[in-house]
Amino acid sequence: MSEKLKTNPSIELSMETMTRRALVIGGGIAGMQTALDIADAGYEVILVEREPSIGGHMIQLSETFPTLDCSQCIMTPKMVEVSQHPNIRLMTYCEVEDVAGKVGQFDVTIKKKAAYVDREKCTGCGLCNEKCPTKVSSEFDLGLGKRKAIYVPFPQAVPPKPVIDADNCRFLKNGKCGVCKKVCEVEAIDFEQTDSFVEDRVGAIVVATGYDLYAKEKVSEYGYGQYPDVISGLEFERLLSASGPTNGEIRRPSDGRVPKEAVFIQCVGSRDQEKGVPYCSRVCCMYTGKHAMLYKHRVPDGQAYVFYMDIRADGKGYEEFVQRGVEEDGTLYLRGRVSRVFQQDGKIVVWGADTLTRKKIEIAADMVVLATAIVPTAGARELAKKLNITTDEYGFYNEAHLKVHPAESGRPGIFLAGCSHSPKDIPDTVAHAGCAASKVTTLFSSLRAGSDATDSLTQLSATEGREG
Amino acid sequence: MKIHYYPGCTLKVTATQFESSAIASARAVGVEMLELPRWNCCGTVYSLASDDLMHQLAPIRNLIRVRNENGNAVTTLCSMCLNTLKRANLLVNEDPEKRRTINAFMDEEEDYDGGIEVVHLLEILRDRIGFENIREKVTNPLKDLRASPYYGCLLLRPEEVGIDKAESPTVLEDLLQCIGAEPTDNPFKTECCGSYQTVDKADLVMEKTRDIISWAARNSAECVVVSCPLCFFNLDRRQKDLAERETGAILLPVLYFTQLLALALGLGAEVCGFEMHVVDPRPLLSGKGMI
Repeated sequence: MSEKLKTNPSIELSMETMTRRALVIGGGIAGMQTALDIADAGYEVILVEREPSIGGHMIQLSETFPTLDCSQCIMTPKMVEVSQHPNIRLMTYCEVEDVAGKVGQFDVTIKKKAAYVDREKCTGCGLCNEKCPTKVSSEFDLGLGKRKAIYVPFPQAVPPKPVIDADNCRFLKNGKCGVCKKVCEVEAIDFEQTDSFVEDRVGAIVVATGYDLYAKEKVSEYGYGQYPDVISGLEFERLLSASGPTNGEIRRPSDGRVPKEAVFIQCVGSRDQEKGVPYCSRVCCMYTGKHAMLYKHRVPDGQAYVFYMDIRADGKGYEEFVQRGVEEDGTLYLRGRVSRVFQQDGKIVVWGADTLTRKKIEIAADMVVLATAIVPTAGARELAKKLNITTDEYGFYNEAHLKVHPAESGRPGIFLAGCSHSPKDIPDTVAHAGCAASKVTTLFSSLRAGSDATDSLTQLSATEGREG
Repeated sequence: MKIHYYPGCTLKVTATQFESSAIASARAVGVEMLELPRWNCCGTVYSLASDDLMHQLAPIRNLIRVRNENGNAVTTLCSMCLNTLKRANLLVNEDPEKRRTINAFMDEEEDYDGGIEVVHLLEILRDRIGFENIREKVTNPLKDLRASPYYGCLLLRPEEVGIDKAESPTVLEDLLQCIGAEPTDNPFKTECCGSYQTVDKADLVMEKTRDIISWAARNSAECVVVSCPLCFFNLDRRQKDLAERETGAILLPVLYFTQLLALALGLGAEVCGFEMHVVDPRPLLSGKGMI
């Protein structure tokens, strides 16, 4: 036993009082994988997701590098498995409100946000969504598509049950309309619904809250937010996606034309000590390579240009993938930064430098795609306060030890998975999630306190063992 | 509100229309600009040599003059003055040792404590008065006037003294919208105008001017709006040089933001000194019924 445990009775672990149930916060690929692994090991899991559906960012993606297998084809069976697993209690449109207690006996309060739909009664028939007269821009399609005020975020949503967006619902705003209520055959619409709270006890918590993209307004020098045809990589994923707003055709947001020249700019916000974040977002080199490749597949007479600082293709099959883009799909890589992006005669003119040939480059492009940095998700710091765990200067959750305890937070019983910890690609996220799940199951299955396995899970402090 | 005003040399010689329109407009929106009774050259170009404190004396002495008047803040119109005063101020605030040296050297003056705030008139209008409040005072909105804001460099760079985002500023656009004009896009709006190269490399400045003006015209701007007397001189005067040399050159009037503000506030052309312009803006403005 470590000195910390000996001298701090408050963290002493009693296996008799260990609640062998886990809370997983976040229903993206990291949270889903963690939940499935823990549930498959025979323990109960509560999976909390703040959006109406699980799936996270991965379900927004079109095809994934380096195999180009379709993200939805990987995700949808997993999402269904999560929703049907006997050991998983799925709580979507919910948020963790409060956490008390300690490892083995956390008392958590979970807010069920008012959906104005009784999601128990709802059969998911979709009639309300069809009849709703209000159209607003879809968060899932990042504003490139529309949704209704009563909506499921995307067709494959799990659960396939709608919520009402109170800010845009005519009935909730003005008391007029109520069409959804009229057409609902099972009377699931409940305009009187309010936020409610449930309490539960869990033995361990896994934080898998994912990431957001670097804010639009911060990359205004590339005309992002000003010119409609300058879009983010995630927006490009929606254009590529067969279920996206253009049914997988690449069309410019401004006029719907197919772009014949597309410029991709890497490291937008990332690796920018002056104005952005200093760290590397790790996935952009690969997804930009993929974007250029998929663009060429969709627009065979088009040309893709990539402005890059250097190419970081360090995973299995990654470098080969980037090379394939260059050799087979003619992606033109230009090593240099972009100095100016502006609109002229319906084109997006990109000025940059090719530092290898020492030439000034000007490209009159039809579309510009920015590989914007990965940043911690909105609310990450607030959640850290509730959980009493620490974040780094950017808001990513701190691990107990970078090398040997990568999935443990500094607080016993709280574990980390995926991009909430640091930027990760999908394979790394799944591996990290599996790691977190194994830590949880090890904790739950330890026979007695003080065994080596339990020690490592319960006694870590953020400062311990930093020598390595 | 009252604020001390540091004019700088250009405002008293070649940019008097900037000063008169600024003082009148500021007064109309409730800002009394009190010219410092004594002031000297701002120092003109901020010295980047770390041991060259001699060049910091002029700006710091001006800041002491503000203190002499019991002021806490000083406003400028010229981007160059703003830049030099603000950077010298930053230097002595970040480096107390240098402040002590400067104070010791100017032993005839009161010691400078570092506490003066240097602000551009645009910042006062934006942050203290508020553009929405200015909108309410507009009597003659500049309808259908397509204006291309041009910032140049010194208003925005370096970032620690800039008054807006260095790469994508919007303060002039926002002001123009409030007074009823239509701001147009110009990819060259933060490009250098050529600055002092105008003295012995007029050709170079003409090239810069051609870029800035032609891009404004391509986006169908009818005039260019500036806040710096040197930008004004380069764009206004070198356009004429270009027109004499090249056929088909476009001539776009160059205006200070305060001139348009004065017109929108109903202060009339009298405070605007349009006769001082090389490219005469009066045909455009009278064609629009603004003067």
